[in-house]
Amino acid sequence: MIRDLARRLVAPIDPPLMLIAGLLLLLAIGIMGSASPERINAQLMNVAVALVVMRILAQIPPQRLMHLAVPVYLAGVLLLIAVALFGDVSKGARRWLNLGFMRVQPSELMKIAMPLLLAWFFQQREAMPRLRDYGIAALLLLVPVALIARQPDLGTAILVLAAGFYVIFFAGLSWKIMIGMAVAAAAAAPLAWNLLHDYQRNRIITLFDPEKDPLGKGFHIIQSTIAIGSGGIFGKGWREGTQAQLEFIPERHTDFIFAVFSEEFGLFGNLLLLALYALLIGRGLMIAANAATLFSRLLAGAVTMIFFTYAFVNMGMVSGILPVVGVPLPLVSYGGTALVTLFIGIGILMSIHRNRMLVQK
Amino acid sequence: MEFKNPQEELERFRSRLAVAGGFVLFCFTLLFIRFVWLQIVQHDYYQTRAEDNRISLVPITPNRGLILDRNGVVLARNYPAYTLEITPSKTRQLEQLIDGLAEIIEIQPKDRKRFRQLLEESRNFESLPIRTRLTDEEVAKFIAHRYRFPGVDIKARLFRQYPNGAFASHMLGYIGRVNDRDLEKIEAKELEANYRGTEHFGKTGLEQRYEFELHGSTGFEQVEVDAGGRAVRTLARTAPVAGSNLTLTVDAELQRIAEQAFGDRKGALVAIEPSTGGILALVAVPNYDPNLFVDGIDTQNWKELNESPDKPMVNRALNGAYPPGSTFKPFMALGALTIGKRRPEQAISDPGFFNFGGHHFRDDKKGGHGMVDMYKSIVHSCDTYYYMLANDMGIDNIAAFMGQLGLGSRTGVDIDGESEGVLPSQEWKRKRFKKPEQQKWYAGETISIGIGQGYNAYTPIQLAHATAILANNGVVFRPHLVKFITDTKTGERTLIEPKPTRTLGLKPEHIEVIKNAMVGVNKEGTGARAFAGAEYVSAGKTGTAQVYSLKGTEYKAGTVKKELRDHALFIAFAPADEPKIALAILVENGGFGAQAAAPIARQVLDYYLLGKRPKAPAQPDEAAVEEDDE
Repeated sequence: MIRDLARRLVAPIDPPLMLIAGLLLLLAIGIMGSASPERINAQLMNVAVALVVMRILAQIPPQRLMHLAVPVYLAGVLLLIAVALFGDVSKGARRWLNLGFMRVQPSELMKIAMPLLLAWFFQQREAMPRLRDYGIAALLLLVPVALIARQPDLGTAILVLAAGFYVIFFAGLSWKIMIGMAVAAAAAAPLAWNLLHDYQRNRIITLFDPEKDPLGKGFHIIQSTIAIGSGGIFGKGWREGTQAQLEFIPERHTDFIFAVFSEEFGLFGNLLLLALYALLIGRGLMIAANAATLFSRLLAGAVTMIFFTYAFVNMGMVSGILPVVGVPLPLVSYGGTALVTLFIGIGILMSIHRNRMLVQK
Repeated sequence: MEFKNPQEELERFRSRLAVAGGFVLFCFTLLFIRFVWLQIVQHDYYQTRAEDNRISLVPITPNRGLILDRNGVVLARNYPAYTLEITPSKTRQLEQLIDGLAEIIEIQPKDRKRFRQLLEESRNFESLPIRTRLTDEEVAKFIAHRYRFPGVDIKARLFRQYPNGAFASHMLGYIGRVNDRDLEKIEAKELEANYRGTEHFGKTGLEQRYEFELHGSTGFEQVEVDAGGRAVRTLARTAPVAGSNLTLTVDAELQRIAEQAFGDRKGALVAIEPSTGGILALVAVPNYDPNLFVDGIDTQNWKELNESPDKPMVNRALNGAYPPGSTFKPFMALGALTIGKRRPEQAISDPGFFNFGGHHFRDDKKGGHGMVDMYKSIVHSCDTYYYMLANDMGIDNIAAFMGQLGLGSRTGVDIDGESEGVLPSQEWKRKRFKKPEQQKWYAGETISIGIGQGYNAYTPIQLAHATAILANNGVVFRPHLVKFITDTKTGERTLIEPKPTRTLGLKPEHIEVIKNAMVGVNKEGTGARAFAGAEYVSAGKTGTAQVYSLKGTEYKAGTVKKELRDHALFIAFAPADEPKIALAILVENGGFGAQAAAPIARQVLDYYLLGKRPKAPAQPDEAAVEEDDE
């Protein structure tokens, strides 16, 4: 009886995905124990919540998800507009909506709502989408991205933009247009430069010359590259990283946790981490390849690539090849919001995998 | 119409997946190459730099700039006091250590609370105060026991101090511990690095407005730390640069005399130098002791200040909006001359009331003033004259003219949070009220506007500003408190320019009429008793603002509860021919202007023009009531 219940409870969970995610979580708890031991309990609570959310999502069949696409997207956009109008200002940005009893960050929701909507959109136009359809998709994508970038929250804007772009890419946007757009973007870069906030420009300048402002903006990057570089091949050992333990690494439990990890576990540790992410992404792409409907395919592909974006942008910025934007290391950084978002993604992948045969039969 | 080919479509999708997978591998390879570069090729370099990181930068907080009056009298300074400080990285078992310390030196729960908060926000090398302002006895006691407490030290730190206590507190403001809102301001200015180690931030008044000028730049000490993060020795030091000093336009002695003139009454006074806009005194009483806030105010004091019915935390000079009463009349008369609605010699017959639409608007003098021209209307403060005048001018003409004098809009004085007041007009009423029947302006409402009642509400600084504009023949200067800012490193002074912001197109002969009448007020009119025997020629106007209208009954100050008594007002400038000072005074529930406010003006002008010091606070002149109604 109890055994039966337990079986029913775990049935929707995909073992390979759960295994990889579990390994990453274990690794996260380990490194949290070095970077910020006092936060382990809180993070375990976050993990528990995220797993429950994942389990719920894994149960919901993709067809039901499809019905949610439009309302969730519209709600997200409305909330973003509400934030722009009445949001709380924190650190000079307007990102939070104060509902009285809690503060919500609607931009986080868009990371899932965006691919959901676009996957639904292309499902409606299953026969060869025309150029016009891509235009509409781009418009649907750019509205929330513009609202988020205006907050300003560059990190989230990039993630949402990427999430939407992956759907459009998987839907078959022609290479010619993509190359054309890339060229146009390069040409428009100087224009965009003028639109950036001063602090965003500074971040980009700092990327190329962190030593210019060693106590201010450059401090993060300088200290984190020192941590990574001094870690060497085998690392300094768990809780032995002087950079981290002497508190030279800022935000060492959130966005910069990779620096702590890399210092203490070295190149081998990094390789392990990259391998785990690659496996996770590989499994996700496999699920996408075998998905039953266009909607499921596009959604699975995009959700998987969101993981990649998180991982690449975070490690890239901490190791100093990308500008510093606020993006956490997926499943590893401290914090509940991003964790829940990512596990929603994993839950969706599991559901798509479970329902891969349903339509074909 | 194309036909669906599921197989082909799936193939295309899978090829896209393959491209994505390839892209992922490519990017991860890039990362891997970067790691190899940092961790193998450059490893030695970064290894050395990590070793160098044993050298830590410890911020040294700069001295906060001083605030001085125009004569160099210090109004806000810093004084060194001993603090008991703990360097967390040099200690083990912090809680027991603090318990041990508490046995010799008094450490209250709030001290522990604050220390814990500092601990969370700081880096380990910094030493953090657990107790501030130790007495000499406590210092001696600790030194005797020092060996028991490694990592605990006595340090001399600088504290903000307002040497005159509550004096001028609404102007100076106060500083308090940096909170989240302050951090946002710091981040918005990208000054995080410069604020490392800084614990205080300006919260109100000049301390707030000039925070970034007063702060200075943070110095850094390079400290060598051992593998455990303990500071071993100091290697180098970049000296901090003290914040700039503010020199005010304010005359501290004048401010003191003005504050004292109020006695224990509530109110505000703003005195302005008409030729520059520099504020000579800005009084808001009662006030509070800003020293209480420096180290975090305790709950009891906070409660007392916040819940006091006297509202000592309210800056009445900038945030109190009051009907101007009869002090409005000279401006009304000037407006009427300017737009051509009256000539000075035009006289009306005052029967003691003005009838409008069957409603009697009463004059304070029973039976009226007889024939009243413009001069007499100001000198004897004839209400009927202004009821009629307001009716003739119309509300929008009045609003347009008063708006030019700065009434009903912020003066732009260099303290944050100034109130706007209310300059009533048809448009204002449309915006102010929601229901359509309330939005309509009734002609009857214009009548009482003429004598400074009705919706009229201005801050004392607006009244002083308008008086200064009149005194200065229509040339407008922005009222300001800071005269110049001195860079303490270079000694360079940045002047706050007294450039006229605009000039009103007023005719000199019109201004002359008004000034002449206001001189008459202090010579033979409502201000005459207060200015009897003055050795200079002053110009003024009394005013009384109704707090509560007693319908139909005679107003008798003695019979009304104090908080329902009228507010007393007075505006003045002197010497009349070449004004050096213009002021506005408000005494809350003071009764008549002539009675309560004019005697204060006399003391202030006597000191400013003659150097004469009063012997006691200005006494209300009870006799002034019977002598001349307003």
